[in-house]
Amino acid sequence: MSLRCAVVGSGNIGSDLIKKLQRSTLLVPTLLVGIDAESDGLKRAAKEGIETTHLGVDVLLARASEYDVVFEATSAHVHALNAPKYAEAGLFVLDLTPAAVGPYVVPAVNLDVVAQQRNLNMVTCGGQATVPIVAAISRAAVVEYAEIVSTISSRAAGPGTRANIDEFTVTTSDALRRVGGAKASKAIIVLNPANPPIMMRNTVFAAVPADADPQAILDSIEEMAEAVKRYVPGYALVSKPQIDRGAGPGGTTKVSVFLQVSGAGDYLPAYAGNLDIITAASVAAAERYAELRD
Amino acid sequence: MTLSFREPMASPVVGSDTSVAPLAGSDILVCDTTLRDGAHSIAHQFSSANVREIARGLDEAGVNVIEVTHGDGLGGSSFNYGFSAESDIELITAARGVIKNAKLAALLLPGIGTLDDLKRAHDAGIDLVRVATHSSEADISLEHLHGAKKLGLETVGFLMMSHMVGPNRLATEAEIMRDAGADTVYVVDSAGAMLPHQVVERVEALRERLGDDMPIGMHAHNNLGSGVANALAAAAAGASIVDGSCHGLGAGAGNAATEVLAAALDRSGARTTVHTLELIDVAEDIVARICAGKLPQLDRGSLLLGYAGIYSSFLLHTRRAAERYGVAEAEILLELGRRRVVGGQEDMIIDVAIELSGVSLPD
Repeated sequence: MSLRCAVVGSGNIGSDLIKKLQRSTLLVPTLLVGIDAESDGLKRAAKEGIETTHLGVDVLLARASEYDVVFEATSAHVHALNAPKYAEAGLFVLDLTPAAVGPYVVPAVNLDVVAQQRNLNMVTCGGQATVPIVAAISRAAVVEYAEIVSTISSRAAGPGTRANIDEFTVTTSDALRRVGGAKASKAIIVLNPANPPIMMRNTVFAAVPADADPQAILDSIEEMAEAVKRYVPGYALVSKPQIDRGAGPGGTTKVSVFLQVSGAGDYLPAYAGNLDIITAASVAAAERYAELRD
Repeated sequence: MTLSFREPMASPVVGSDTSVAPLAGSDILVCDTTLRDGAHSIAHQFSSANVREIARGLDEAGVNVIEVTHGDGLGGSSFNYGFSAESDIELITAARGVIKNAKLAALLLPGIGTLDDLKRAHDAGIDLVRVATHSSEADISLEHLHGAKKLGLETVGFLMMSHMVGPNRLATEAEIMRDAGADTVYVVDSAGAMLPHQVVERVEALRERLGDDMPIGMHAHNNLGSGVANALAAAAAGASIVDGSCHGLGAGAGNAATEVLAAALDRSGARTTVHTLELIDVAEDIVARICAGKLPQLDRGSLLLGYAGIYSSFLLHTRRAAERYGVAEAEILLELGRRRVVGGQEDMIIDVAIELSGVSLPD
């Protein structure tokens, strides 16, 4: 049986999610919650025959038993307020804000955590793009330090992202350690206003011990990129990962990995790979939840 | 605090001329960023001892603001921008110990530095934070400007790569920063791509939009050889604070040289608090000695930055990538320009170098 999904937040992320849920064979979008009756997202969903409300999350909470999965696509501050209410109502929640109330799920790395927790955090768009690569390097070597740079098109950064820049860097950095396995970490985000808009770019740097096996690292990265590509079709390595002996702090080996994410063009055009990767990852997590429930 | 502005000093040699000095009667503040932007020139390797020596000299020479941070601001120490020899907090603490009159400032780029970094810098004794965003992205500074105000810090909104937007748009972004709590807003020519008339247009647009009481600043780079001229033009158009760094230390061809700027402000009739001859000694006897062999030059690479409008900090990273991958520095810079890369995207330099070197992905 398909799982009934409520999406909270009718901005870019929520609207993109609706499109992806419509394509899923395991999930059905049954409610879109907004706070502005005039929002483009609510109007579009209503036109598609999906129930919408502009009266906020109380509408969902009053009928909690009608939903199997809630996708939170608001902002970190709003999710921090909503999370206890969802918990009280017994709802299973995938949180796409960087609030990080629950543990992180990055499908290519730790998908089965969906069976153990009721509130899971999708990290950030940059986290979904880079944590798998850090985890891949961690499989082959000790990652003393991991650093990522995510550059997204200014046009693909909605008000939530803009107001939550610090939450983005802090949450992404935390996930590089907790899920990626790095001992220390740093995350950087850059907005690029170029027109035509640039594709989302991510660079992963890692410091590994001088005696690490370069081939094992390269093989693990390639395998991981393939695994991510299965649920994010636009995910790709753009250059051969670089391994520079002695170029890291304290004589460590520096690993550099260059990634591009082009979006599926569901709600925003292909340049919005940042949107696509986090919504696609949350759909993969919800589908796994559906499989494990059956 | 009341500042004691002194009357401009006449040149020791040149006689007075009959033309009216363009800045006669203007009080101009000077911010020195040798210990922040200047750090680019020496790959962020300033030690606490260097900071103490330079900051003491600057303070005694009467500059108004001394900025101390990694070249890319708080939290900038990284693979992407280069690791610092010592942490921001160690360097800020060193400066705090010697500065008596000037304000101690830090730079923060949202996306690189965080509010936690700012709190630590505040605890280490900064008076002022400059929150920097790309010229069209001012709205990502709100969290940090609000946070800075809550900490009781003086604030500057720092609109980098100001050449990439027109005067009106720049004024709109400046308004966003002012409304978020910026006490001063800066026109920042990060690429050293502007000429005096473009600086004037932008300062005038900000002045018109923000009113007479809002202080406006100018941060110039020297990639087109007009760093000092741009700062002077900004002052003539209504900017009341200008940036420089000793010996022009800084990204690309470096900043407007503070000691040259001080001399030029004198000759333009401006009143400042700087003792120009003392500052010239700081530049020559302290900064040039500490940074020997690494003083910036207006060479091919830095000229191309200004000519193509590319973020000045890219220069030395590009030089290293060019050597590592056997590609011409100029080719990398021009390709970065074509890709409309902005400040912070230093990772694209390696990416472009790999692509130009023809190394392909394994099948």
